[in-house]
Amino acid sequence: MHKLQRLKEIPSQTAGPFLHIGCIPSQIGLNTLGGIDLGSVLLSKKTKGKRITLTGKVFDGKNIPIRDGMVEIWQADANGLYRTSETKLDGSDLNFSGWGRSHCDFESGSWTFKTIKPGPVMMKNGKWMAPHISFWFVARGINLGLNTRMYFSDEHSLNEKDPLLQELKGTKRIRTLMARKIAENSYEFNIYLQGKNETIFFEI
Amino acid sequence: MDKSDLRCQGPLYPRDKTLHPKALTPDYKSSLLRSPKMTLIPMSNTLSEITGPVFDPNILGEFDSDLTKNYCSGKQIGIGEQIIVHGKVFDENSRTIPNVLIEVWQANASGRYRHFSDSYKAPLDPYFGGCGRCVTDQNGCYSFRTIRPGAYPWPNGGNNWRPSHIHFSIFGTSFAQRLITQMYFEGDPLIKLCPIANTIEDPASLKTLVAQLDMKKTIHMDARAYQFNIILRGRFSTIFENKMDGN
Repeated sequence: MHKLQRLKEIPSQTAGPFLHIGCIPSQIGLNTLGGIDLGSVLLSKKTKGKRITLTGKVFDGKNIPIRDGMVEIWQADANGLYRTSETKLDGSDLNFSGWGRSHCDFESGSWTFKTIKPGPVMMKNGKWMAPHISFWFVARGINLGLNTRMYFSDEHSLNEKDPLLQELKGTKRIRTLMARKIAENSYEFNIYLQGKNETIFFEI
Repeated sequence: MDKSDLRCQGPLYPRDKTLHPKALTPDYKSSLLRSPKMTLIPMSNTLSEITGPVFDPNILGEFDSDLTKNYCSGKQIGIGEQIIVHGKVFDENSRTIPNVLIEVWQANASGRYRHFSDSYKAPLDPYFGGCGRCVTDQNGCYSFRTIRPGAYPWPNGGNNWRPSHIHFSIFGTSFAQRLITQMYFEGDPLIKLCPIANTIEDPASLKTLVAQLDMKKTIHMDARAYQFNIILRGRFSTIFENKMDGN
């Protein structure tokens, strides 16, 4: 059998200040690609699960909200299953995309997602991950997209058993991964790029 | 269950950080306040990182991959040098990846973006929007037709000019493969002067972002072609493949 040649990943470059043209064109009045931005809708009426709203801002080193960035999320469905093209794994809710994309508002810097609360996810070793949402953030000035995870602050018992949170136990920064409940079915998750509240970013 | 199912199960190779820019790159001023100070915390891949969004190729419209035509739905053509940008998407194991969504955006031939926050005085092109997308075919191939973007000056504290470039947003099969980058053009003298291109310290790594003139795909009396292959992170072999590769 031949040994496969190992290639190297191409490098990242910043998404720059004009990322909306390619990723969120309708938000700047460009309807070239059909007028509905990919990732703007995660749900349909048939989607199973508890509807939640997620909002937040991303703060720079001067504690100013970034207004030219973009957030992407990836999450499991209400039963803790991921949408996948690998059909043997996929029993997930076909009425839920699991992937969302929101720009930071041009005035306030707020991003928003209307989604469902994900279920706990079973790992291959049989352990359970607490409900969580993967975040990816890009913007001008960010050379390589930043990965973090959002957990729900009101899921105490599941969070206690989450393998990643257990690994991070003892660090004060663990609180930077917790979304705050701000209203019924509404959570806020602010991301800090620098400073004393700097969010934990993961090398995934 | 076929082999393509099995190969998708492994965790990803750790990212080789020497290939990528550091977060803090002082010559690129915007990174100063936007670069995390703490080191990234490594975590083992779980299903949350190994899986990723799935796109239906039916989302694509007729002109999505033709930026020369899509702004005017084919009725008018953008101004400038027509080019074809094409290539294949591979993973680090040299396997081609089908069904990869690629989104592109760029300035027009004059170096101006169709975006409210671009203040450069070069003119907008009434026939050019500057965005497009496509999905790789079963062989991992993609192709766009577009207008060669112009260089433009930008505020970075000096007399800085961006080399001609096209922004690429790429989805692999895993959320951990998500990548945004920029493609440059062979022979552009501005590349080596650009603080953004130079955030990549390894010259061999930067070179992989430079598309090469491809006369084989160039269409006579029509459009020059540039080839840009995209490599995404690879995944560890499954048990099945261990036997094949011996690794």
